[in-house]
Amino acid sequence: MMSKLRPQSSATNPGTNMTDSKYFTTTKKGEIFELKAELNSDKKEKKKEAVKKVIASMTVGKDVSALFPDVVNCMQTDNLELKKLVYLYLMNYAKSQPDMAIMAVNTFVKDCEDPNPLIRALAVRTMGCIRVDKITEYLCEPLRKCLKDEDPYVRKTAAVCVAKLHDINAQLVEDQGFLDTLKDLISDSNPMVVANAVAALSEIAESHPSSNLLDLNPQSINKLLTALNECTEWGQIFILDCLANYMPKDDREAQSICERVTPRLSHANSAVVLSAVKVLMKFMEMLSKDLDYYSTLLKKLAPPLVTLLSAEPELQYVALRNINLIVQKRPEILKHEMKVFFVKYNDPIYVKLEKLDIMIRLASQANIAQVLAELKEYATEVDVDFVRKAVRAIGRCAIKVEQSAERCVSTLLDLIQTKVNYVVQEAIVVIKDIFRKYPNKYESVIATLCENLDSLDEPEARAAMIWIVGEYAERIDNADELLESFLEGFHDESTQVQLQLLTAIVKLFLKKPTETQELVQQVLSLATQDSDNPDLRDRGYIYWRLLSTDPVAAKEVVLAEKPLISEETDLIEPTLLDELICYIGTLASVYHKPPSAFVEGSRGVVHKSLPPRTGSSESAESPETAPTGAPPSEQPAVIPAQGDLLGDLLNLDLGPPVSGPPLTTAPVQMGAVDLLGGGLDSLMGGANFAAPPAGTMPANLGAPLGGGLGDLFDLAGGVGTLSGSYVAPKAVWLPAMKAKGLEISGTFSRQVGSISMDLLLTNKALQVMSDFAIQFNRNSFGLAPAAPLQVHAPLSPNQTVEISLPLNTVGSVMKMDPLNNLQVAVKNNIDVFYFSTLYPLHILFVEDGKMERQMFLATWKDIPNENEAQFQIKDCPLNAEAVSSKLQGSNIFTIAKRNVEGQDMLYQSLKLTNGIWVLAELRVQPGNPTFTLSLKCRAPEVSQHVYQAYETILKN
Amino acid sequence: MIGGLFIYNHKGEVLISRVYRDDIGRNAVDAFRVNVIHARQQVRSPVTNIARTSFFHVKRSNIWLAAVTKQNVNAAMVFEFLYKMCDVMAAYFGKISEENIKNNFVLIYELLDEILDFGYPQNSETGALKTFITQQGIKSQLTKEEQSQITSQVTGQIGWRREGIKYRRNELFLDVLESVNLLMSPQGQVLSAHVSGRVVMKSYLSGMPECKFGMNDKIVIEKQGKGTADETGKSGKQSIAIDDCTFHQCVRLSKFDSERSISFIPPDGEFELMRYRTTKDIILPFRVIPLVREVGRTKLEVKVVIKSNFKPSLLAQKIEVRIPTPLNTSGVQVICMKGKAKYKASENAIVWKIKRMAGMKESQISAEIELLPTNDKKKWARPPISMNFEVPFAPSGLKVRYLKVFEPKLNYSDHDVIKWVRYIGRSGIYETRC
Repeated sequence: MMSKLRPQSSATNPGTNMTDSKYFTTTKKGEIFELKAELNSDKKEKKKEAVKKVIASMTVGKDVSALFPDVVNCMQTDNLELKKLVYLYLMNYAKSQPDMAIMAVNTFVKDCEDPNPLIRALAVRTMGCIRVDKITEYLCEPLRKCLKDEDPYVRKTAAVCVAKLHDINAQLVEDQGFLDTLKDLISDSNPMVVANAVAALSEIAESHPSSNLLDLNPQSINKLLTALNECTEWGQIFILDCLANYMPKDDREAQSICERVTPRLSHANSAVVLSAVKVLMKFMEMLSKDLDYYSTLLKKLAPPLVTLLSAEPELQYVALRNINLIVQKRPEILKHEMKVFFVKYNDPIYVKLEKLDIMIRLASQANIAQVLAELKEYATEVDVDFVRKAVRAIGRCAIKVEQSAERCVSTLLDLIQTKVNYVVQEAIVVIKDIFRKYPNKYESVIATLCENLDSLDEPEARAAMIWIVGEYAERIDNADELLESFLEGFHDESTQVQLQLLTAIVKLFLKKPTETQELVQQVLSLATQDSDNPDLRDRGYIYWRLLSTDPVAAKEVVLAEKPLISEETDLIEPTLLDELICYIGTLASVYHKPPSAFVEGSRGVVHKSLPPRTGSSESAESPETAPTGAPPSEQPAVIPAQGDLLGDLLNLDLGPPVSGPPLTTAPVQMGAVDLLGGGLDSLMGGANFAAPPAGTMPANLGAPLGGGLGDLFDLAGGVGTLSGSYVAPKAVWLPAMKAKGLEISGTFSRQVGSISMDLLLTNKALQVMSDFAIQFNRNSFGLAPAAPLQVHAPLSPNQTVEISLPLNTVGSVMKMDPLNNLQVAVKNNIDVFYFSTLYPLHILFVEDGKMERQMFLATWKDIPNENEAQFQIKDCPLNAEAVSSKLQGSNIFTIAKRNVEGQDMLYQSLKLTNGIWVLAELRVQPGNPTFTLSLKCRAPEVSQHVYQAYETILKN
Repeated sequence: MIGGLFIYNHKGEVLISRVYRDDIGRNAVDAFRVNVIHARQQVRSPVTNIARTSFFHVKRSNIWLAAVTKQNVNAAMVFEFLYKMCDVMAAYFGKISEENIKNNFVLIYELLDEILDFGYPQNSETGALKTFITQQGIKSQLTKEEQSQITSQVTGQIGWRREGIKYRRNELFLDVLESVNLLMSPQGQVLSAHVSGRVVMKSYLSGMPECKFGMNDKIVIEKQGKGTADETGKSGKQSIAIDDCTFHQCVRLSKFDSERSISFIPPDGEFELMRYRTTKDIILPFRVIPLVREVGRTKLEVKVVIKSNFKPSLLAQKIEVRIPTPLNTSGVQVICMKGKAKYKASENAIVWKIKRMAGMKESQISAEIELLPTNDKKKWARPPISMNFEVPFAPSGLKVRYLKVFEPKLNYSDHDVIKWVRYIGRSGIYETRC
């Protein structure tokens, strides 16, 4: 056996022995020279000592690359420790000295043949870390051997080496067929080899989103689940993370995978637990909520999540960030576990802040008393951020749980009495929100608030206080004095405060016009004449005009009833949340951002290489005449994962605008002139004018100014009547109210093989919109934009632009509910907006959907009867011929017609873009406006939507 | 995956630096030092993103361990790995200190090369690692059998135990270690209480022994008790409801999931078999009754009573009560019936220590705290009174029912194994607000 010598510890050998720390001693001049001599010494021990010194210098950042040849000379040794040291050096410096690194190749190749498996593995492991092209060439042969080595230790190392090589030269790996060998290793008898192969393949697959490298299918999944029980904790993580990417074919498969994954929830390693949670959370989506198993699973998830909170603080932090997502996605899991999120006095601050967040999310009528008592405790702690958050949390409880509002308000008043500056300010900010949620209820506290006016030095608190004074001016006797006092230092205030002050004084004037005329004139002139802030000036002018033209209208506008604020203000937007759920346990879940927001590299590059296609309506020609409209099958390589694009949309500042030629300045100016000139009057005078809440919420000035809504439908009527599938009239998908003034209406069409989304973008805001971009979430049929959203010039206020966005069906696929649901994100220079719409299924019916008669018969018989669905189409006064030709226009082909007992039986077929065939039997009885439609399809869930398509086509 | 791993001393000097991925530049080492170690502000997160590079760090005494990556890695895995790394280093050379790291830097590099390949964690069980990573390196003249034994152990299903272990005396020790946590309101209402427990096993067993561990788990007892109604009533009381438990990787999880039986082949020596958590029917060994009275602006009167709540025959040890005092305390007078009490100005607390205390007893301390007048408007936050103690029983009520050992190949039976069981209950965060 080998000798097991106890490693030296300073505690046991205080300075008597020579220890490694001596290598860290400071270096003198001429050291390199000395080292050179020692490295070339004949004595083995001296050589080793010298290499150690070199490594130590390397660690502390000194440049010892000059010793390269001398160190490499020490490589040929049977002393494994020395060999490892030399390898370490090589990995660090080979890149800077590629020519000399070649000297090492022979030794590597020789070591790969060594009888000792540890040395073979060491050699192949190190070689993969040397990023020198010439060495990589020599790596292929040894790697090929090692991948098939008899020893599992060598194979598991070689598996990782493929990933290394792929990182250096992806093409080489593909050409040499290493990927196939790697795939074979998934069936290896040794669990660790399987785990490493899975890890390597997953990473390689990530840089080729379209390739089906992992090729997950029920058989390979079964292999992975078996290996899961046998491999190391790390291997289990690799496998679980890989499993999470699999899409089970039905709920039964999902359930059986869940059953085999749940035991992992009891693993001591938190990462194994979180990865298992990820798989379960994802696959649960597929399970029916009525299932007993579903509720069992829900119950099983809570305890392990709670247990994660007794891990070390850093892991607690990761767990809490994830729990935050889980609680938003499925609040029922942890609703009874409030207590475990109570903050402990000694928790690190990052744990405290996260716990607080989750407490608010879990707060409900049942536990609010406890929560409030806790929050009150926290408000007296030391850490300023934590205290602020606790105070804010009290306000959020008041808004969330109505029954508790009164207690929350009195708690906040207690806190204001402490006179601690930041507590007071924070309390005032939240009380403003409480006023907005429960108008005319708690205004009695205003007097107390006013006492603290002087101590407010933060803009947000000042703005909140000013808002309160303006809003309740009629109840505050000295409101004018209070506001006047703020006015003195008007130009030193932040914009937020200035805007609020302007609005508050206008409100005051409208409520008490007699005493405050002077004040309002003062503020209007300050805002319009003395300020160089365009927002402030604009608002000032609007008020000025309003007040001078029609004071009654002004009152209606400025003092309009405000919409109530919603309970949950900081929820993560649902599509992002769903995406983040897929990233449980990873950095994305810690940052609450999609990976594209913080990961650079290959994925981003793919995105940039999107083909620059013009997205105007002319492109909707036949594929032959439009060379850009390449057949969809050739495209997958350039279509990145949807998640990335969505991420980039969310991350607007980081990238250049996605679309559009350089901006021309003319329209911008026009818009601006318009705004200040006659445009303003026309805006205000509009018949459909809706009172904007702009007067009360500073940030929303440019927002909803509805108008001309009716016109949209008329406009839409004229489009899309060319030959091709039936096109529904445009409907409003995104109302301007929800999108800061951008209104989007649209419809889908299919013409000669190309699908397009016909959009009408209307700018109903007061500012120019530009930098448009569009992105779809993953959907059932992989619909994705085939070109960027091209809006050639910035969209001026009140301007409408019509765009036809070509679509393809090669995007990522995710089953949606309902099946034809499409979630869309649209970006402009203002913000990102989300909406979802349903697309008619007939845009997916392809032109070659006519089946051979024989084939039809065989298929009809082959599809089991339970897949048959029957529908009634009522009130359709057409005869069989008319029906047939009408349907043909939308690519539903009649294959045969039969007359049975006076009824016309039409046998029809259609094919969806993803290759699903639907067979139909349509029974038409002359004189009877009700048809019977029987559909048979291998994917019966589409039947309902096909039926709807029939309805739509036949009735229009 | 992990792109690199750095170890720094408290000054931010690099002790160990190992880069696994090409996307991690040389400036990453400095970025972490400047932005985290040398940052003026207290650390606000264990994960830091600097210029699209993410840093994960943990601290052990004054040593910083940082893992760095540019990818969307599994964050939980990275932290678990960093802890594991600390465990492995501790198993090799004891305490993680600057001196020990410098003394063993070659060894650390060797370990880092083995347990992290291209940033993927590999087998990191010290039992396995110690067979082939020693400071002396292995000699190349190992026999072929020895070599394949090592590699099959490192990659094998039972990576935590090597074959051919022999003991003259087969012996095992079980420690049930519990930490009982409490947060109580001044009025004596339990705001939250839970026990987090660990079962630590030290095994000195020959061969590849199959072990089966049994405890008074309510679910198991009820399942067994179904037959004899008589026994259900009796044992039902003694069983405990476990909220959740996690196991060492040697435990067959699928078997636990289906039969709730805990079976495993243990690593040699000491390891943590399981962790568990209970929240129901916890025995709270001590009750703290605080009374704080403010006498004017310059004086506080504090009276604290502690009551022990367990069998009179048992003795609690190392009892310590920590009563926080305001920052502007100028002087403290303490009177206590038992033990010693002292005001520690540097810790802003009165520390009252009692060496031993039997069950069902009570003791009291009273103190007068003089305060300096201040113009600080903010009231004193009154941190909770905390307690430390050790008791010779498991506050959760957990009992070990059996630990059976079978070794099919060697001829020793369950009866020949000497088994020791010990229960220790310690205070976790045991706080009473005042």
